[in-house]
Amino acid sequence: MDLLNNLFVNLYDWLAGALHALAAGLNLVKDAENAIVAAVMSLVVIVVLLLWLVLMVLVLIWLERKNAARIQDRVGPNRVGPFGLLQPVADTIKMFIKEDIVPTNADRLVHTLAPIVVAAPAVLAFAVIPWGKGMFPVDLNIGVLWVVAVGSIGTIGIFMAGYGSNNKYSLLGGMRAVAQMVSYEVPQVLTIVAIVLMTGSLSLNKIVDAQSGWGGMQWYIFAFPVGPIAFIVYYLSALAEVNRTPFDIPEGESEIVAGHHTEYSGMKWGLFYVGEYFNFFLVCTIAVTLFFGGWQGPLLPPYVWFLIKVYALILLGMWIRMTWPRFRVDQLMGFAWKTLVPIALVNIILAALATPILKAIGLI
Amino acid sequence: MDLIVFYLFATLAVIAALGVVALRNPVHAALCLAVVFISLAALYVLLSAPFVAAAQVMIYAGAILILFVFVIMLLSPGVDQGAGALKWQRPLAAVFGLALAVELILVLASAVLPAARGQYTPERLAQIGDVQAIGALLFTDFLLPFEITSLLLLVAMVGVIVLAKKRVRS
Amino acid sequence: MPIDYLPILVMVVVVIAFAAIALTFSALTGPRRPNPSKLSPYESGMPPFGSARRRISIKYYLTAVLFILFDIEIIFFYPWAVLFRQLQLFGLIEMAVFVIVLLVGYVYIWKKGGFDWD
Repeated sequence: MDLLNNLFVNLYDWLAGALHALAAGLNLVKDAENAIVAAVMSLVVIVVLLLWLVLMVLVLIWLERKNAARIQDRVGPNRVGPFGLLQPVADTIKMFIKEDIVPTNADRLVHTLAPIVVAAPAVLAFAVIPWGKGMFPVDLNIGVLWVVAVGSIGTIGIFMAGYGSNNKYSLLGGMRAVAQMVSYEVPQVLTIVAIVLMTGSLSLNKIVDAQSGWGGMQWYIFAFPVGPIAFIVYYLSALAEVNRTPFDIPEGESEIVAGHHTEYSGMKWGLFYVGEYFNFFLVCTIAVTLFFGGWQGPLLPPYVWFLIKVYALILLGMWIRMTWPRFRVDQLMGFAWKTLVPIALVNIILAALATPILKAIGLI
Repeated sequence: MDLIVFYLFATLAVIAALGVVALRNPVHAALCLAVVFISLAALYVLLSAPFVAAAQVMIYAGAILILFVFVIMLLSPGVDQGAGALKWQRPLAAVFGLALAVELILVLASAVLPAARGQYTPERLAQIGDVQAIGALLFTDFLLPFEITSLLLLVAMVGVIVLAKKRVRS
Repeated sequence: MPIDYLPILVMVVVVIAFAAIALTFSALTGPRRPNPSKLSPYESGMPPFGSARRRISIKYYLTAVLFILFDIEIIFFYPWAVLFRQLQLFGLIEMAVFVIVLLVGYVYIWKKGGFDWD
């Protein structure tokens, strides 16, 4: 059991040890040896993380299509591989063999860079997530803010896509997307303050550790009433932040074709698509870390707990997407500024007042 | 190691800053400005101030830059043709630019810039964390500036409504 | 402490390289048979008219300024939340004064229709 719980940590230690043994053969100074091993290990961790994320996105795409099909009483992808499991792989290959079209008079450089600027920050934000006990690529003591700051760079990428395509739909969609993302960033970031207040730290590891009571079940979502309110505000604004239905006005196909990715094709479009799923996966992992105790949980290995919780939230998001119609653009902005922001603000004050009480009765 | 990273990002910042000034297309200039902001954030990290770096990216690259591009798109997103420049501007700019350059060189050549060394050294910051250090100062010694900030933000709020929402009233 | 961020720097390089390689590879593997109508911007099947770089509404400017103001407000919340345990009641009062001043602005914007999209 212990072996299983610490599987990946042990693997990491074993690999680092092996590298040390290898490096020792080179007869280097101790400092140089340590630096080399640390550099190689961080490279290994990052490449593994990247491959893992790509795998997760493939799973998510399959899951979303299958789920949508089930809810709409269809079968969904079922031709490529068992249960259509290889469908996303086939899609990826298709994207590689599609023609790469840049419209006339487009701003070529901006148009090409935009998908990178959208997809790259989404991956970078995953660097601080604790995936399991002792399983974090880096532990930054500004963890939460790192995620927020990196996430705000993606907004620039959306604008670049809208501006660079020389298409009216792209420009409209890009502008709407940016306006929506910045509006919903306010309640999203504001609501996290309540959790930071209860923990007294910005490090995601410390936030997870703070939820370790009750045999790993003392999650902030149970810290009534602050936790549940914070979670609902976070989840709704996060769905808007990643432009998912019911908040997908920026790419509302009935009005503006496909918004900022109207003029994209091939792998450039693929990067936008993947970037969207990275972001969706990211907000679910953050929500689990902040409100559902991260990897904390009884019996099962920590990383399994983490994935179970993340996928529960992902399925919730997919369910919401399939169930609700799209907001109108005027309702959308009002919802952020007039509903979510006041709730988040009141919740912070509530958290400040309630923290001593919650502590006294043992809820946090 | 720190030095290599410093020169990397400092060079990037300077090149991007030149781009901001030199590029004809205002949107390109704004995107260069984003690179400047992010490079500066990296320099803040090197100074053991990750909180300041995060705030820099969040507020400058995330918010102020978005405002800039919105204003560019609001005015005219076309390429600046150079029309409307006054005849005497260029020679005058050259003279002032030269004067500023000479001044800078003189100052930089004459002295190592002295900076006060406070109680928050990098070692101490690593120990207590820069968020805690900033918070402790902000909410005790610099309480008045902090509260005045809220008044400034209030003025800005009124200002933007007056600018953007005037037509609704009439 | 800056050394903690070294893996991040490595990660930035790896991620950008990964995305750039994916784009380059796709440009090489895909066909390239351009023609004028394929390259023309999509406008629901009509020939595109006028420039696509149009001026946008002032609503966006308003949204961006409001976002900056609230972002600055939020960035002050974070150190306060971290330090709340030490500051205790004093901290609560400090922040209450800050928030009340901003609430005046918030209500003003609301009443003037600043949060309405039209």
